[in-house]
Amino acid sequence: MLSVHEVTTAYQGLVAISAVSIEVAKGEIVCVAGANGAGKSTLLKSIAGAERPRSGTVTFDGKRLDGMAQHHITATGIAYVPENRRLFPRLSVRDNLRLGSYLYRSEANREEPLDLVFTLFPRLSERLEQRAETLSGGEQQMLAIGRALMTRPRLLMLDEPSQGIMPKLVDEIFQAVNRIRDAGMTVLIVEQRMAECLEIADRAYILQTGRVLMQGPAAEIRGNPDVRKAYLGL
Amino acid sequence: MTAETIIQSLASGLLMGLLYGLIAVGLALIFGLMDVVNFAHGEFLMIAMYVTFFLFTFFAIDPLLAAPLAAAALFVLGAVVYLVVVRFAMRAKANVGMVQIFATFGLAIVMRGLAQLFFTADYRSVPQSWLGGKTVSIAGIFLPQPQLFGALVAIAAFGGLYLFINRTDFGRALEATREDPGAVALVGIDKNRVFALGWGLGGALVGLAGAIMASFFYIYPDVGASFALIAYVTVALGGFGSVFGAFAGGIIVGLVEATTALVLPPSLKSVGIYAVYLLVVFIRPRGLFGSM
Ligand SMILES: Nc1ncnc2c1ncn2[C@@H]1O[C@H](COP(=O)(O)OP(=O)(O)OP(=O)(O)O)[C@@H](O)[C@H]1O
Ligand SMILES: [Mg+2]
Repeated sequence: MLSVHEVTTAYQGLVAISAVSIEVAKGEIVCVAGANGAGKSTLLKSIAGAERPRSGTVTFDGKRLDGMAQHHITATGIAYVPENRRLFPRLSVRDNLRLGSYLYRSEANREEPLDLVFTLFPRLSERLEQRAETLSGGEQQMLAIGRALMTRPRLLMLDEPSQGIMPKLVDEIFQAVNRIRDAGMTVLIVEQRMAECLEIADRAYILQTGRVLMQGPAAEIRGNPDVRKAYLGL
Repeated sequence: MTAETIIQSLASGLLMGLLYGLIAVGLALIFGLMDVVNFAHGEFLMIAMYVTFFLFTFFAIDPLLAAPLAAAALFVLGAVVYLVVVRFAMRAKANVGMVQIFATFGLAIVMRGLAQLFFTADYRSVPQSWLGGKTVSIAGIFLPQPQLFGALVAIAAFGGLYLFINRTDFGRALEATREDPGAVALVGIDKNRVFALGWGLGGALVGLAGAIMASFFYIYPDVGASFALIAYVTVALGGFGSVFGAFAGGIIVGLVEATTALVLPPSLKSVGIYAVYLLVVFIRPRGLFGSM
């Protein structure tokens, strides 16, 4: 479904990821893990069109994405929840969700994903009139995922959804990711919390200083003695 | 000074104030959307007045009917100015604020120069129109019809703008873009399109104002300058970027101007506005309705 081939992305000459290749198949949950500064966010930005790769290709269902404008990439069916969530802080929860379905014209298409969003995150339905900025960190993350689901994506990309969130809500969010996959979507998730991420993922990649260090089925990576020592603290 | 004179001039001040609000609101809208001050705003007004003048001169279209056409023409002008000038000015690597100021300020000078070249520096006017020279009297107060009509158009335009921003998808996209232009692509919105439409809308609003003013003001290449100054004061009074603030600010400016004219000689009529402006700036620097 998604194929990232030897992508290199740099910030003013500083190479953040170099020749990174990953594959995501339809219906998978794929986890990209790695330490601070490994290039995880840069990888997602390069796919979403928020940064332009210096070289390499990104293909989504046969369509070249690299070089395409970010809003067009969203329209191809990729929803991206960035690290800092980028909600519209002074707009209500309702308006944030409503904006998610901006690309659809028919009311039926616009309302349809709401059921899933409210099933996953019932607390959002209780806070529809509240400004997004007044939500707790966890609720903001839920809203950001909710808004992304409103675009009716085929691929959902999450950048550290657990960041700055209390443990109980982290569980809730990982649960939600599982159910999003059950609803027919594919998920690419970037995390520093490797243990939780590997638990729900089918396959995983480990990035280190901008390169793919290791890849394979999640269970295999979890069992790898080097990974256990270096990343899982076991 | 009788009570009647006072009421009479406050009523005229109110009508003029509503028109000031309509002139200023496009400026406020654009500033609110993207933090850019359009220093060519007065020249937009000037162009709208000429459009109305030429529609009358060549096609005998009354300013009343020319208003929507002037609005449409200025919509296009606004969008083109964004796409051709402002969009690139915003990409400057250093001193973005300065670059934007000079880009729109330079545009103002160019537009004035072109107006002098093509339209000459002559003072023009629309010699006769349906409403021109007519007044209505309400409870002993005489109101000139073109100004009254202008005030009604201003109220209608503000009402329409309010509904547009609060009730439509595009209005929501406008709000979202003003919150975080870098985030709208996440929901598939092209921020450049929103910016271009925002400039178009700002242009259309000042276009309406220009068409109305063409029926009772002289039209000449520099006509925008004095009104632009009032517009900047109006926007600063109301709160930069606040659309409602521009409405209220316009009314205040109109009333203060009328009051000043009652007590000071006409040549000093701007003194009152300026005094109120300074007062607001010192006491409440973000304007009466500003929220930044
Ligand atoms: N906008 C930027 N400008 C310059 N350098 C950047 C920028 N964003 C990231 N970098 C650099 O690129 C490298 C990779 O950053 P990236 O954000 O992709 O890492 P990450 O794996 O997401 O880290 P974290 O876990 O802290 O979020 C880092 O060295 C970082 O300093
Ligand atoms: Mg990151």
